[in-house]
Amino acid sequence: MTWLKTIWSEFIGLFVDDGSLAVAVLAWLAAAWLLLPRLPLPPALPPVLLFAGLAVILIESAWRRARQGS
Amino acid sequence: MNFDWTHAGPTVLAAFLASLVEFVEALTVVLAVGAVRGWRGALGGTGLALLVLLAIIAALGPALTRIPLDLVQLGVGTLLLLFGMRWLRKAILRSARVIPLHDEEALFAKETAFLRGLGGSVATWGQGWDRVAVSTAFKITMVEGIEVVFIVVAMGAAGGGLLVPASLGAAAALLLVVALGLVLHRPVAMIPENTLKFVVGVLLCSFGTFWIGEGMGLAWPGGDLAIPALNAAFLAAAVVAVPLCQARAARTRPSLIRR
Repeated sequence: MTWLKTIWSEFIGLFVDDGSLAVAVLAWLAAAWLLLPRLPLPPALPPVLLFAGLAVILIESAWRRARQGS
Repeated sequence: MNFDWTHAGPTVLAAFLASLVEFVEALTVVLAVGAVRGWRGALGGTGLALLVLLAIIAALGPALTRIPLDLVQLGVGTLLLLFGMRWLRKAILRSARVIPLHDEEALFAKETAFLRGLGGSVATWGQGWDRVAVSTAFKITMVEGIEVVFIVVAMGAAGGGLLVPASLGAAAALLLVVALGLVLHRPVAMIPENTLKFVVGVLLCSFGTFWIGEGMGLAWPGGDLAIPALNAAFLAAAVVAVPLCQARAARTRPSLIRR
């Protein structure tokens, strides 16, 4: 049954490689879900803000990992 | 069967490219199993795993279409985004030489050495099943294939009835890899794995973000045309990240940058 455990851990690993990246993405999505539709912004801006937050999270996560080396 | 090709085209492409990466990785180990332990067990284990994976797609795909689309888009979009961000981050770090590139030849050598070290009886055609060969081929096909299943089911469901185009993309990748395996009889090392991961990461992040936005009720400027714009924007972010990571790694630990 070790192969079942391997498949399960591989499945979880599909989404979570760096825990802090996953937490940051989920936190940003939750904040965006709660706030963006309620803020008095032009309709085109919330989707742009949604992307911008994700791009910043991605770059910061890779940059932080680069500091640790291989 | 009619599809909206603004969605279906990129869905086929993403499923094809992602599946190509995964199947190439599985092929390397299956080839090692076949070369060391015999082809009957290698092909038997692979075939069994493919049947299980097909059954999962057949069960999960239609089931997800019964859930309201905005909920699917929010849930599956989030998973797709997490998946895509993981791939894109890894591709950025590999492009920046912070982590080593995937090496199919090295993996093949490692697997063959490991399988030779296991010993035991190696079955040939007509001599029953070699359990080591079957289980090793089954495991690697399941492990790599489960990623393909996720992409096919997620892209198929969140795109609103695009399971067929996504499955076709994955099936085309499988056929291509099987053909390459038959012709080459050695690991497929010429496919630029990291470039594919970069492209697939960008596509999955774009689809995930688009569907999450739709699920939240946000209005994307230009509607579906926001998807190519998101592709360009995620690509730009990733391209910017590569030299930043390279410089960061060089400043912190210069000896760890692999040239």
